[in-house]
Amino acid sequence: METIVSIKPLLAVLVSLMVVPILASSRAPNVREAWTFVAAGVKFLIVLSMLPIILKGTEIVYTIAEFVPGAAIQFRVDAFGMLFALVSSSLWIVTTAYSIGYMRALKEHSQTRYFVFFAVALSATVGVAFSANLLTMYLFYEMLSFATYPLVTHHQDKEARSSGRKYLLYIVGTSIGLVLPAMLICYNLTGTLEFGKQGFMAGAGASKGLIGLLMVMLVFGFAKAAIMPFHSWLPAAMVAPTPVSALLHAVAVVKVGVFSVVRVITCVFGTNLLLSLDLGTIIVFAASVTILVGSFIALSQDGLKRMLAFSTIAQLSYVVLGVGLLSPKGMTGGMVHIAMHAFGKITLFFCAGAIFVATGKKNMSDMVGIGRRMPITMTAFFIGALSIIGMPPCGGFISKWYLVLGALQAHQIPVLVVLLFSSLLNAAYFMPFVYRAFFCKPEEAMFEDTIKEAPPFCVVPLVVTAIISIILLFYPQPFVRLASMMVQSITGA
Amino acid sequence: MSSQYPALIVAVPLLAGLLVFIAGWVNKKWCFPIAVAALGISAYSSIGLLFRVINEGVIVYKMGGWDPPMGIAYYVDHLNGLVLVVVSVVAFLNAIASKRSIEDEFPDNIGAFYSLYVLMVTGLLGIVVTGDAFNLYVLLEIAALTGYGLIAMGGGRGPLSALNYLYMGTIGACFYLLGIGYLYIMTGSLNMVDIARILPDLYQSKAVMAAFIICMVGVWIKMAFFPLHAWLPNAYTYAPSASSSLVAPLVTKVMIYVMIRLILTVFTPEFSFNILAVSQPIVWLAVIAIVMGALLALKERNLKKMLTYIIVAEVGYMVGGAWLGNRVGMTGAILHIVNDALMTLCVFMAVGNIVYKVKGADFEDLQGLFRKMPFTMGAFVVGAMSMIGVPPTCGFFSKWYLISGAIQAGHYGFMVALVFSSLVNVVLFFRIFEICYYEPFSDDHGHGDEHGHHPEPAMDEAPVTMLVPLFVIAVILVLVGLYTGDIVNQIIDVAIPKGLV
Repeated sequence: METIVSIKPLLAVLVSLMVVPILASSRAPNVREAWTFVAAGVKFLIVLSMLPIILKGTEIVYTIAEFVPGAAIQFRVDAFGMLFALVSSSLWIVTTAYSIGYMRALKEHSQTRYFVFFAVALSATVGVAFSANLLTMYLFYEMLSFATYPLVTHHQDKEARSSGRKYLLYIVGTSIGLVLPAMLICYNLTGTLEFGKQGFMAGAGASKGLIGLLMVMLVFGFAKAAIMPFHSWLPAAMVAPTPVSALLHAVAVVKVGVFSVVRVITCVFGTNLLLSLDLGTIIVFAASVTILVGSFIALSQDGLKRMLAFSTIAQLSYVVLGVGLLSPKGMTGGMVHIAMHAFGKITLFFCAGAIFVATGKKNMSDMVGIGRRMPITMTAFFIGALSIIGMPPCGGFISKWYLVLGALQAHQIPVLVVLLFSSLLNAAYFMPFVYRAFFCKPEEAMFEDTIKEAPPFCVVPLVVTAIISIILLFYPQPFVRLASMMVQSITGA
Repeated sequence: MSSQYPALIVAVPLLAGLLVFIAGWVNKKWCFPIAVAALGISAYSSIGLLFRVINEGVIVYKMGGWDPPMGIAYYVDHLNGLVLVVVSVVAFLNAIASKRSIEDEFPDNIGAFYSLYVLMVTGLLGIVVTGDAFNLYVLLEIAALTGYGLIAMGGGRGPLSALNYLYMGTIGACFYLLGIGYLYIMTGSLNMVDIARILPDLYQSKAVMAAFIICMVGVWIKMAFFPLHAWLPNAYTYAPSASSSLVAPLVTKVMIYVMIRLILTVFTPEFSFNILAVSQPIVWLAVIAIVMGALLALKERNLKKMLTYIIVAEVGYMVGGAWLGNRVGMTGAILHIVNDALMTLCVFMAVGNIVYKVKGADFEDLQGLFRKMPFTMGAFVVGAMSMIGVPPTCGFFSKWYLISGAIQAGHYGFMVALVFSSLVNVVLFFRIFEICYYEPFSDDHGHGDEHGHHPEPAMDEAPVTMLVPLFVIAVILVLVGLYTGDIVNQIIDVAIPKGLV
């Protein structure tokens, strides 16, 4: 594999940190938001400028500091990291626009703090994407945990405090309690933490029991992936303002979780090792349970954001499931699903926030007939929901398609059943709501027929992400290309 | 000039200590500049000395030109070169930061305070630099006696807890002296290098073993190794801010240094770990120290006192790491001397700022601090992250080595204790953050009529002279973390004898 040394990955990580002093000290909100846009735009451009290099099959490396041999603080941009960085940095721009609409419309307090920590969180997210080894990934993973705490608990009331506690308990408790020791044991077994395409643990010569234990510690330890039983922080974190839920709990934070899990499976242990020890089954089982149980719970929710949270829990496990299948198509599907789900789910969250801004309603039972009042928002919601269900004309179809093929490739018929049944469940929790939003009887409708949408800063972003969700079905590049490049380099085929 | 660094490091503050006292009678305004200048020279000399040691190797400085073993010799190698820098830099930064709080807390005794302060630093630096086991005892007492004074100046319960500290400290010093006496009887020498040369033939002697154990117990009392820690929490809590942020980062760490010096230089790792064969129980004691320190910290409702129990746990980290009996664990212990001194300074300086403004450190006093003192709290968060062990702050990296050492030694109890303590630290510090961040609760849940106007206390930040040193130390925490590789490769790795693997 050809590599070049470039400072670009570091710049991509730092650009949002560098504007923090400007954001923190600016008095005028317009200036502050302008700088956020600048940072988001520059970040996206830097990431984009690396794309052609990555597509050529070259990797970009940059080392900050090496503190023990084999465990430096180092960046290495590969196809998979590029995929994730593209998703998160592009969606930051959209979310910034949406944040302005949402936060100003609700006259939220402490907006400066909000934008500052948002920027820090994005630095950490891209840092995770570009990490070259487990240590660097752990560093940015922790940074993200602490940077998002003030965002989740933005309202600073008692409810926020108890949710914040739960958030930290699950996220930091698992990362220090499980990931840290597992990482150190791995390091002491192999003398390195460097992600390898065949996994650096492959040659460790450890027993099956130990490998299995370490795998469980690492897969569940990255609890941002919300695999059951470490999932309940995610619904609790929905006390956050909606743009936070949208970007962090549909894209950045949770995807950092599944990204880390995928890295662990493919680059720490390696597919060959897990196949030979037949350890993928554990992951597939945990993911399948999470998918089904998460979907069932989503079915019973009335709070729109809570329903979306449980839907997210289930969808995240699609990624884990796909990669846990250890078949090429399944892994491709899992990785592509990171992108497809991101665009679909962020649309849904944006819509939930727009409804809250326009009407102050949080529960679906209070939103009957909302489609007549907010047709644009609800149309976007419909598109997002289709993408999550995995129906054309939305991007979600592609990743589901790959996942189904992957299940067949791995001869896992039960997984196929899980996937199809889950799609059914997805439809079951989305469609009645959408239907009643548009086609309720006039006497049931809770809103007047006059069209009154949320402010344009709220509506435009959700239209944009909804349109992208559709476009992704027809032009799924570069995401599918990046994912298959990654899978190719893993399987060597 | 640079050849005199070893003497300057100690002599300058010693003379300055006396000068400050006199200056206190004449004009109190002179005390601060003299003290800071002396500590600055010490810090400058020790940094220069460390670089010389890195380039040239061990430096021997004979006091007054007398040859050892008759005369007193100062040996500066990589180990104490590093600790010297830590001690002098911490003392220097704290002296600058605490100017205002000293003027505030005892306006009449400024001269006496600075005199004790500078003399204590002299004692600590002397302990680190000296190569003579008895001379070490003398300097130990200088540091201790001045320390009692500094703590007793706190008023309230300060004098009483200083008295308690005095009893325990004196017992500890006596143990150490007794042990050195045994060694002197057996070897006829007080010079560390000389003792180390003679001892190997006597390793099977019961008297030598007794000497080692007695010295260890003495040092453990002095470093507050659980269960010999009872003097520490009160003494450090009721001391004035300026004293506690000097004493808390340094005293326990210097005693850890003495312990490691005894293990590595006076005796050999071979003797300490293999012939004595007490490593396992001592590491288990360290496990208990860590767990108990963490649990006791949980029950405290005062920020400063909570931090003192964290110190007790951190002492367990270092004792355990040193006694794991392998190179990685020893590296972790030495690195943690540096890191723990720096991060303890950071949090105690932040507490000093808080006490200066809020006049208390009980949990109820901390409400709304993120609004009132955002800069102080920012630095405090960095210090807390280091204590929890979040990369890239330095606390993570020493924990890394300590846990690695535990894994290599197969001592999983120690590994679990370290992870447990990190988790408890998360709880401890986020409990503080919660109070500072959420309380006092507003009724409107952030969405009331006065939208955008959370009832927020106005900003009331500590003066710049207190903030700048605090920021410096917070930045150092991250820099030391990033440069861990260099510190370990160029300094610590050389400091540990080749025999220890």
